[in-house]
Amino acid sequence: MATSPSTERRTAAGLLWTPFAALIKLIDLPMRAVQRLIGERRMAYVFLLPNLLFFSLFVFVPLIVNVVFSVTGGAALFPSERPFVGTGQYAYLFDCGSFLDPNSCREDHFWRGVANTARFTLFQVVAMVLFSLVTAVVLNMRIKARGFFRAVYFFPVLLSPVVVALTWKWILQRDGLLNAGITALGGERILFFVDPSWAMFWAVFVSIWAHMGFYTLILLAGLQAIPADLYEAAEMDATPRWRAFWCITLPLLWPNMVVVIVLALIKGVQTFDEVFVLTGGGPGTATLMVVQYIYETAFSNQVQNFGLAAAASVVLGVVLFTLTLAQLAASRRKDA
Amino acid sequence: MSRASQLMLARRKAGRWHWTDIAAYTYLAFGVVLMFGPVAWLVLSSFKTQAGLLEFPPSLLPMSQQEVMVPGNPQPLPLFEVTMEDGSKRVLAQVRRIGIQAQMVDPKDPTQQFRVPIDKRVPVRQFKLATENYTEPLERFAFTRFLSNSVFVTVVATLITLLINSMAAYALSIYEFRGKNTAMLMVIGTLMIPITIILVPVYLVITHLGLVNSLWAVILPGAATPTGVFLLRQYMLTLPRDLIEAARMDKASEWQIYWRIVMPLAMPALAVLAIFSIMWRWNEFLWPLAVLTKTESYTLQIGLNAFQGELQTQWHYLLAMTVVTLLPVALVFVFLQRFITTGIANTGMK
Repeated sequence: MATSPSTERRTAAGLLWTPFAALIKLIDLPMRAVQRLIGERRMAYVFLLPNLLFFSLFVFVPLIVNVVFSVTGGAALFPSERPFVGTGQYAYLFDCGSFLDPNSCREDHFWRGVANTARFTLFQVVAMVLFSLVTAVVLNMRIKARGFFRAVYFFPVLLSPVVVALTWKWILQRDGLLNAGITALGGERILFFVDPSWAMFWAVFVSIWAHMGFYTLILLAGLQAIPADLYEAAEMDATPRWRAFWCITLPLLWPNMVVVIVLALIKGVQTFDEVFVLTGGGPGTATLMVVQYIYETAFSNQVQNFGLAAAASVVLGVVLFTLTLAQLAASRRKDA
Repeated sequence: MSRASQLMLARRKAGRWHWTDIAAYTYLAFGVVLMFGPVAWLVLSSFKTQAGLLEFPPSLLPMSQQEVMVPGNPQPLPLFEVTMEDGSKRVLAQVRRIGIQAQMVDPKDPTQQFRVPIDKRVPVRQFKLATENYTEPLERFAFTRFLSNSVFVTVVATLITLLINSMAAYALSIYEFRGKNTAMLMVIGTLMIPITIILVPVYLVITHLGLVNSLWAVILPGAATPTGVFLLRQYMLTLPRDLIEAARMDKASEWQIYWRIVMPLAMPALAVLAIFSIMWRWNEFLWPLAVLTKTESYTLQIGLNAFQGELQTQWHYLLAMTVVTLLPVALVFVFLQRFITTGIANTGMK
């Protein structure tokens, strides 16, 4: 291979390129040596190595170590210093009078987290599917400036959860824009983050606001894949639009809907950042989610209880694994 | 105006307006307000002074009280419009406030002094951007530190992500080798394991590596990403094999083929992954929150969160810092929106 022409050019870019090209050449030397040693085909392993090393170190090993943490106790971080407690952490976590009443549980915060997360996920998934479906259908109509409107609904997806939460916190605070609107209409100011129901409502609302664009995009792709001649035929037969929607759109869009539902479930169960910044889990524990419980148990409480946090994350992992299997099954049906 | 409305009302296909069209445009208009409104309000508010932010009901635009220098006073004095006892109105500067009375002076003629009940005066206000909200945090807080930490994490992590994921994608798309299916399965497997369920053990690994509170603790765990591998692999599968065979004939080493031939050709896919990675890293929250405990190693997101949790939230600084945090993502969106949406449509991931 001859040297790239840009290395010879005396431009600013060329000056930057020269050391870079030299570096790549430098990597090429040991790579060539390895290639001579193991042959061309086996170079695949060399190329795979860094990635799999990262995956092992930060995903697979932790997955196993997580289980080790969950069956040991004490406050030490290093597993060798942690006494074995068997299923003690799980027994503690599941020590409940009734699973439907967090107050009857020994670790009531965990169960409050479970109850809140379940409630949050239920409302969020239903509303998310509904709104992203309506938005996708509207965006798929013969409208002007479709690109602009699609961007409008999509852009919050890119915002960081902290920015999203602070933006809404500023609007919803006591002297915020929304309360100004309410008093202008003759109402009383509402302290949204003091009332448990309102706090939960806004947690759901804000996370729909932030993520709806993503699901809309998936549904829009599904809508655009529906052959237009089906609708033309329906129009020929003077089929009302709602019937066309019911008999053509919904059945053909169903596989994408399933993907949206399962993805929203998986994300919903893991909800943390927006809600954490928006409400801090409050008032009290009204919007405390499972992931926040895990984070606080392991990292931010006075006593760091790694074992209990690990046991809770194993439970969360099992739930997620089940949901992911559902997703795979759903997407397989879609491909078939 | 009529042209604009003509353009708006024109139908692509000749036909009467259906009620669903009207409903659709109403919905879209409502959407514009609901989606853009909050961010617009954030940006407008970030230019208000501390006093301006405390106003209720809030003014739409950043307004602040006009001030004027009056001879005999070292400080500029705030201007008010005062309703005098005879019902006339005058613009006066306030020297000081004593209980419910204010001592005022005519700025044009400082010898004329008045005592006015405070409910008879209204501040004279003008449009003014409180740019100090943006400049002061740069000097007073660790804000520049957070900013440079975030930039470092984003840039370095994205470079590492591009390198190791493209290498893996190259191996999984160009070669046939024993264990290829196992490797693919491992990559797919990682898709199912988000950081939320392995927080504690990853923290242990980072502690073993001696990286707690270092920015590398944030960079390394997410560097290998299954999304990245798939995205690149799918693209590399479409590249012509003849090109690679020809290069081998010319005695190019495998590394040279990867770097000189496959990487330049995979540029579109690399660009999509780069954009994704920049967004992931810039916005990352839970893991940095767990692993960074010292203020000097905070990223912007963690810094913002810590700042908003303080007892007396200084909203005027917080809002400005939020806007700064939002800015790079906004720029990426404006210029590269098409890349992102096609990327999501192709992979079904974000």
